[in-house]
Amino acid sequence: MSAPARRPVAVVSFAQARNVRREASRNEVELLMPVVSEVFAAIGASKDDMGFICSGSTDYLVGGPFSFVTALDAVGVWPPRAESHVEMDGAFALYEAWVLMQEGAIDAALVYSFGRSSPGDVTEILALQLDPYVTAPLWPSPVALAALQAQALIDAGEATEEELAEVAARNRSAARANPNAQVVSDASPEELLADEYVVAPLRRHALPPITDGAAAIVLAAGEKAREWRERPAWITGIDHRIETHALGCRDLTRSPSTALAAERAGLFEGPPVDLAEVHAPFAHQELIVRRALELGDAVTVNPSGGALAANPVMSAGLIRIGEAAARIWAAESERAVAHATSGPCLQQNLVCVLDASDGAVVGGGA
Amino acid sequence: MSGAEAGTQPVTVLETPIHLDYVFTPGIAQSIFLRGLARGVFLGQRCPTCGKVYIPSRGSCPVDGVATDEVVELPDTGIVTTYCVVNVPFAGQAVEIPYTCAQVLLDGANISFMGLIQEVPADQVRMGMRVEAVWVPPDELGPSLASVKYFRPTGEPDALYESYEEYL
Amino acid sequence: MSDGDVLVANHVLDYPYARSVGPVLGAFFTALSEGRIVGVEGSDGAVIVPPTEYDPLTGEDVGELRDVGPGGVVTAWSWQVAPGRKHHLDHPFAWALVRLDGATTAMLHVVDAGDPGAMATGMRVTARFRPPAERRGHVLDLEAFVPEPDGGGR
Ligand SMILES: [Zn+2]
Repeated sequence: MSAPARRPVAVVSFAQARNVRREASRNEVELLMPVVSEVFAAIGASKDDMGFICSGSTDYLVGGPFSFVTALDAVGVWPPRAESHVEMDGAFALYEAWVLMQEGAIDAALVYSFGRSSPGDVTEILALQLDPYVTAPLWPSPVALAALQAQALIDAGEATEEELAEVAARNRSAARANPNAQVVSDASPEELLADEYVVAPLRRHALPPITDGAAAIVLAAGEKAREWRERPAWITGIDHRIETHALGCRDLTRSPSTALAAERAGLFEGPPVDLAEVHAPFAHQELIVRRALELGDAVTVNPSGGALAANPVMSAGLIRIGEAAARIWAAESERAVAHATSGPCLQQNLVCVLDASDGAVVGGGA
Repeated sequence: MSGAEAGTQPVTVLETPIHLDYVFTPGIAQSIFLRGLARGVFLGQRCPTCGKVYIPSRGSCPVDGVATDEVVELPDTGIVTTYCVVNVPFAGQAVEIPYTCAQVLLDGANISFMGLIQEVPADQVRMGMRVEAVWVPPDELGPSLASVKYFRPTGEPDALYESYEEYL
Repeated sequence: MSDGDVLVANHVLDYPYARSVGPVLGAFFTALSEGRIVGVEGSDGAVIVPPTEYDPLTGEDVGELRDVGPGGVVTAWSWQVAPGRKHHLDHPFAWALVRLDGATTAMLHVVDAGDPGAMATGMRVTARFRPPAERRGHVLDLEAFVPEPDGGGR
């Protein structure tokens, strides 16, 4: 099943802040401004080229109201600009920009996201995304819920604690090549298994770091994309799906929303991907997403180190798309898939298929 | 339902209080502004692209999206660009009503900010009126807008409308 | 400007939310205040606990309320090694999805098991309610689940 042909739109520029545990001095605007400058400078573009601006962030992180509005000062929105915002990871803002670009009225869009997890207690803040009547009053942290999922996977015989340590070791070792990574390590899986449990069965290494960060991407259509990037990363399909918030109604060992989004994005049509950037904040979630995306052993997964190396809330998904695209620009990949997640235990998932050729533009959620 | 049989009241409202603690930073640019207030001076920042001076600056020019790195000390004087008279009491009100709340454009600044106008009856405040800041005593200065007690008229002739119409 | 010159301040946000619960969750909280647990019939005859206003999988209307529990089976669990400041138990406990007797879906709550060695998927647990005078129509009127004697913990 494939949707009608789509307008070719590509990822042509990507920048991110260096991911850190605590950005102590700069506020959101000051954190974002150099990232936006860099994403334009890399392709010789300016804000005046952008027909649309879309961002992803949440005010709960810093506890200041309407920080997404003040963040626009980092771009400069005079004369007034067409703009939108999602209270979600920037990957979902990218989806909105892509949809708008399908209309054909604009040729370029800026997508950015930002978030500092350090000012508050991010594990408490993320509990507020849960059902407020029967779930949030228990204050389960994302770690507690992810640990339930990990135990379910272990009980189903589909993962072992050793495998979780292997995932963590591989990602953090790969992160050595990522200058923006926050946590890098050459520790072996055996060494990692000596870590204490945070919420069993998840040990320290299976958790993402707490990160302050920001990221930006420029999308461009058709000839504009070729003008800015010799080898654009064409979005041949993109889709996102959500599952019920009622955790007890889900099979936590599977990610049907990822699988459906992947199908709708055309991942299972055409040649197989050679590279994947998956947004799996907890080690066991990489195993679940790999299965849903049907990634074989030949696929390079998370050469950036993924969310285990840096997990800037609201940006880690957008960064997956940027990292995958950058490898297509560099001819290190012909066809790649990027994945972003939101909500507890992989509740909501976005799949973006990127290709060095725009001839493969077939899919896309409808 | 057994709830009624057991004599309990049906639950219609659930209280779910949320308390969150943060360590907040206003950032580099606003820290400069706030530390200026603690010394009794207004510190703005100039955009290197358009030359406009913002006070307080959030660190970027909202028109150009570039960093406003140059710190500019501004005088205590400026003009009322617009104002309103508050006649309604509300909880936590610190000033006796009626009082005047105005947008003040400091001389040399390209953006106005809010301040109280005092030492003049509310019905004599007007657009274009020249005012100056009255600071709290030196030992009460702090990194807060509370360091500016209020603005009062200087007695100079009013500014021409054309000189501030861009800032309304 | 160096980092030392940047101001920081403690900042507190308090949201004193009081939420209308509606007839379905209202019945659930009312039952908890009486030391009972209720679910609701889903569109395919499944019993959903906690009850929802609509079938979460099909979106169809739900049917009658049904009593479930107080016993049930743990379908997934994790162990909170050190309780956080917002948790209502002051000692280590298990997070668990518990499928109550008579229910089709599982609900998230905690198991006051004392030791992770007492926990296992498939074990039986039963509800421990707060004393009647302390109940207020809240999910924590059900203070915790506890292992049933010989309930299959390891
Ligand atoms: Zn400017």
